[in-house]
Amino acid sequence: MASRRMRIPIVRILVLGLFLIFVLAPLYWVFITSIKPSDDYLAVPPVWFPAEPTLVHYTAALFAYRGLDGLVNSLIISVSATVLSCLVGTMMAYSLARFNTGGQHLSFWVLSQRFLPPIAIILPLFLNYRLIGLQDTHFGMILAYTVFTLPVSVWMMFAYFRQMPRSLEEAALVDGCTRWRAMWSVAVPLAAPGIVAAAVFTFIACWTEFFFALVLTSRNAFTLPTVFRAFLSFQGAQYGEASALAMVSLVPSIALGVLVQKHLVRGLTLGAIRG
Amino acid sequence: MADVKITGLHKRYAGGVQAVRGVDLTIPDKQFTVLVGPSGCGKSTLLRTIAGLEEADEGTIEIGGAVVNDMRPRDRDVAMVFQDYALYPHMTVRNNIGFGLKARKLDVAEINTRVMSAAKMLGIDGLLDRYPRHLSGGQRQRVAIGRAIVRNPQIFLFDEPLSNLDAQLRDEMRVEIKRLHQEIATTMIYVTHDQIEAMTLADWIVLMRDGVIEQQGAPLDLFERPATKFVAGFLGSPRMNFVPCKVARNGAGARATFTDGRSLPLASAHAGAIPEGELTFGIRPEHISRAAPGASLRDGQAALTATIDLVQPTGTRTFAQFQLGGVEVTVELPSHIVEKPGASVELLVDMARAIFIDPRTDKVLRAEA
Repeated sequence: MASRRMRIPIVRILVLGLFLIFVLAPLYWVFITSIKPSDDYLAVPPVWFPAEPTLVHYTAALFAYRGLDGLVNSLIISVSATVLSCLVGTMMAYSLARFNTGGQHLSFWVLSQRFLPPIAIILPLFLNYRLIGLQDTHFGMILAYTVFTLPVSVWMMFAYFRQMPRSLEEAALVDGCTRWRAMWSVAVPLAAPGIVAAAVFTFIACWTEFFFALVLTSRNAFTLPTVFRAFLSFQGAQYGEASALAMVSLVPSIALGVLVQKHLVRGLTLGAIRG
Repeated sequence: MADVKITGLHKRYAGGVQAVRGVDLTIPDKQFTVLVGPSGCGKSTLLRTIAGLEEADEGTIEIGGAVVNDMRPRDRDVAMVFQDYALYPHMTVRNNIGFGLKARKLDVAEINTRVMSAAKMLGIDGLLDRYPRHLSGGQRQRVAIGRAIVRNPQIFLFDEPLSNLDAQLRDEMRVEIKRLHQEIATTMIYVTHDQIEAMTLADWIVLMRDGVIEQQGAPLDLFERPATKFVAGFLGSPRMNFVPCKVARNGAGARATFTDGRSLPLASAHAGAIPEGELTFGIRPEHISRAAPGASLRDGQAALTATIDLVQPTGTRTFAQFQLGGVEVTVELPSHIVEKPGASVELLVDMARAIFIDPRTDKVLRAEA
């Protein structure tokens, strides 16, 4: 027994180590580049840690390249779209799961919206947005992202509501609730892990979305990912600024992940909820 | 407190399954009525329709004289205990029990008083701040019952509340539910597929089959005087033995002859009333006994020699099986009589308790008729 306990799981450490290098090495490169002086970007041999770290790329990316405006826009648009997508998605998923709304085909139709490549709808969307004045507006982007993320959030919560015993809400109905109240005070709290998981997915999808933002925004409602275009220019690539902005853009996603980690794991495993 | 009157009730599910077809039922105030039957017989659907969780396709449901077909469940003033308890997992026991009162916007002090008194009545007052996941099956069921009684409803509905419990706990809870009915004397409608639960709890049993009421009556009445083969076979454990036979008169009496050539004389009460012909002979295991050596036959008893081929001792009694007319027949013997398979025994058949069934209609032929 003692020898078994002492044995070091070499293979496991090796596999995990390789995986960690695979995941963390690019992040390290981005971080280091963001604080390197410009001359060190592509130095041979590589500079593993700059002798004189600098924050100059951060100030340039955030202010000179309007990264801060993009950050604020991205926050407004992503948070609003996430809230809307989860709110509408919750009600839609509940309706599909409990009342079989639209028969057996509507739920699949909702998912099938994701089969459509975004490029197929971007031109009509652009023309319509320009026509009704939604182009380059926060509201326009929130609307586009809500619709774009709805299929996934509906399906994540649909699975959750469907495996929830009906008797819980029926007990609430007999106990004195309306259907609406039974949903909000019994079904929704129990689906919270699913809703949180859907919210994280929705937020990350909106936060990293580039294509819609590129076509539908210009000077006013541009989001963070579109700012990165500016770092590739005729003068060459602005590695420092791009890396600095990449580091900044990681913060909300990581913070969100850490905050909801507990719920997220439960939500993704669609854990049993019987009391 | 209220009576329930159901008239011409039909319920069809999407997909064409007709769960309830034309049920008429009157349940008097304060009666403990058990709806019993095999799974899929429509008993749960009937209960859920009374609760308002299913809509009736045809027919009316009256509670306390008022037609409730179009009322929402919350307005019917009924309480329901579910098979899977249906406790809200995210609420403490206190909030589970008080949820219905809160939904009806009762005063907080009043809610607390009523929750405490219900919890005391059920012996769960020490668990009020726990969550359902920290409770045992029996405790959960008590909380579910507490949630029902705290509302002081007109009618209690129980949907197979004991089926998720183990055998011992089931016996305990059965006693508690019976005691509860004696204490709070409210109309209770209880659904089960377990005939022992039905027999022990009910003032009135409604036996359902394929969406219709097969027979209803007081428990012993149904047990003693089943109207059909189905009722005779459903109530009683082990179930009644059914053996095809041919009845023929001989002089003043009559005999039932089985396919293996053996025959039994009909009791005098039956002899005149049962027609001749191909019938099914029904006898409960407990109405066949071991013959005492040298004892003479009493009126209505018939002697039968049988070769035991299987013995199942349960401790309190022993079930033995033998062949009669090509059918395996079970007999209930006292626990100390454990025959070895292959043993030949003398049995007494209580022919006065036997029934005869017309195999074409499955109806029990009445000796009194």
